[in-house]
Amino acid sequence: MAKITLSKLRHSYFPNPKSPSDYALKEIDLDWSDGGAYALLGPSGCGKSTLLNIISGLLVPSEGQILFDGQDVTELAPDKRNIAQVFQFPVIYDTMTVYDNLAFPLRNRGRDEATVRERVMAIAEMLEVTEMLEQKAAGLSPDNKQKISMGRGLVREDVNVVMFDEPLTVIDPHLKWKLRSKLKELHQRVKATMIYVTHDQTEALTFADQVVVMQLGEVVQIGTPVELFERPAHTFVGHFIGSPGMNVLPCRVEGGTAFFGDQAIALEGPIQGSPTANTEIGIRPEFVSLADSGLPATVTKVSDVGRHTVVECLANGTRINAITEGAGPDKGAAVHLNFTQSQTRLYVDGWIATLPQEAQT
Amino acid sequence: MKTENQKAWFFVLPVLVLVAFNALIPMMTVVNYSVQETFGDNVFFWQGLDWFQQILRSERFHAALGRQFLFTGLILAIEVPLGIAIALSMPRKGIWVPVCLVLMALPMLIPWNVVGAMWNIFTLPDIGLLGYFLNHVLGISYDMTQDPIAAWVTIITMDVWHWTSLVVLLAYAGLVSIPDAYYQAAKIDGATNWSVFRFIQLPKMKTVLTIAILLRFMDSFNIYTEPFVLTGGGPGNSTTMLSIDLVKIALGQFDLGPAAAMSLIYFAITLLVSWLFYTLMTKDDLN
Repeated sequence: MAKITLSKLRHSYFPNPKSPSDYALKEIDLDWSDGGAYALLGPSGCGKSTLLNIISGLLVPSEGQILFDGQDVTELAPDKRNIAQVFQFPVIYDTMTVYDNLAFPLRNRGRDEATVRERVMAIAEMLEVTEMLEQKAAGLSPDNKQKISMGRGLVREDVNVVMFDEPLTVIDPHLKWKLRSKLKELHQRVKATMIYVTHDQTEALTFADQVVVMQLGEVVQIGTPVELFERPAHTFVGHFIGSPGMNVLPCRVEGGTAFFGDQAIALEGPIQGSPTANTEIGIRPEFVSLADSGLPATVTKVSDVGRHTVVECLANGTRINAITEGAGPDKGAAVHLNFTQSQTRLYVDGWIATLPQEAQT
Repeated sequence: MKTENQKAWFFVLPVLVLVAFNALIPMMTVVNYSVQETFGDNVFFWQGLDWFQQILRSERFHAALGRQFLFTGLILAIEVPLGIAIALSMPRKGIWVPVCLVLMALPMLIPWNVVGAMWNIFTLPDIGLLGYFLNHVLGISYDMTQDPIAAWVTIITMDVWHWTSLVVLLAYAGLVSIPDAYYQAAKIDGATNWSVFRFIQLPKMKTVLTIAILLRFMDSFNIYTEPFVLTGGGPGNSTTMLSIDLVKIALGQFDLGPAAAMSLIYFAITLLVSWLFYTLMTKDDLN
């Protein structure tokens, strides 16, 4: 188990990268503490798998360093790093029994059979696969295969970090939930540092204590699930997390006040600097309410999603979602929208530019 | 109500006719010959199973069968490991892939009798490139028309040259279908190159290798053209394979009865070995 530090990490798949767009990863600095559960969240192609492969040693970064407990492992081969990785498609050794599969990483490292047996039995019990141990691994169902490949990672007692690369992709929906809670439980039992890569926000938010949101090779925000939800540092995080995502309204700023159309919008706090262009207001649908006065808008769509109703409106040509309890208004109705002031923020060039209320005092 | 419709027969009929003419009728003719004696003029005498007994007890048949198994065994023992080794060392991606694939496929495109003729000329001691080089440059006495060992070496080399590509291409197809994650996982698990081969590559190649071995077994067990053109079965009888011997009996000696019985035995052996091999290789998959 180890603390993981990424220092000034950059990676390009081209031999001579010139422009920033040649980089799959643009300058990443991260600290992951020992025993934490982390998620790397981002859309396909954002560089999260590249980052994972760099940590596991399958890829050597173009620039920068990776430190495990302060030791530079940047050039170290995967098997020398004591890491474990679970892949998108379950990797199992077809011709071996489940027992031999689990024992494989230990036997390769020359552990004696008694130790191997003890570890394999312990892990098998943890994963609830004890009764399959003598079975050929080829005949298992996808979720059990994935459990075995997780087990191969966990079986080594000295593993520094366990990494999951979208491990639930091929699992049936009703088993996903089960396997996900199993993972969470495993993390609490083995206390290993775990990094979970996914593009599914539910998986990331339920698994991790800290979520790293990535976009286009950059880390946009690191925070707890609550922080990411409540105070997105970037409009991308607001979009990507939440269902539906945060509303982003183009606005202009005049004398420290933001205007959406002609309407002045009250923000959570003062604006930093004096932005002139590319200013946007961000507000989550959860904090938009239908009221008698406020921003005039027209309802374009009402969808009942079960727990609540999503009301889609149009104001000044911009779509704004609001979440309401109970039945919503009719389609085409003229309504007024009210924004909860403490949750209304200003973004400049995509990045947050207002200070929260409590920071003022 | 279901209406009776006999149209289906018209669709089956062409296949039936085709199979009848290309398999059933020739096969039954052979069966017919194998239990009778004929002196021509369509006069037949019932012979029962005499020809079968005669063939099964004949030393000539035993010797040819022995040579046949030796030949097939040797070429399989060389071509399969060699084919796998070549497939493993071929690039998986990049511009060299098509180059390698085309080079590999070339020998298989050459007609069999041309292969035989090519190697015949190639190995002639006085004018053949290889034959001359061995005899006059290296000073090794090599003449396959005189020396049975030289004849065998030539025949085996020729078959390896001609058919290893088949194993290579099939093994390669199996190899490229293995996802990268397997190799990455094996690296992380600390597996040696041998373990990667034994537990990842070989199992993934098993199906295609089964097919490759089956094809090579059947083809080499029935081999005729190449040794016939190359050595004509000689020197002496040293490279007379089953099929060459069969043709000698049927066309050389015009012993149609024993030849027919021998072809049926020959066919039964090929079928039995293929069936046994395939059943053994696939029995794990069924469980």
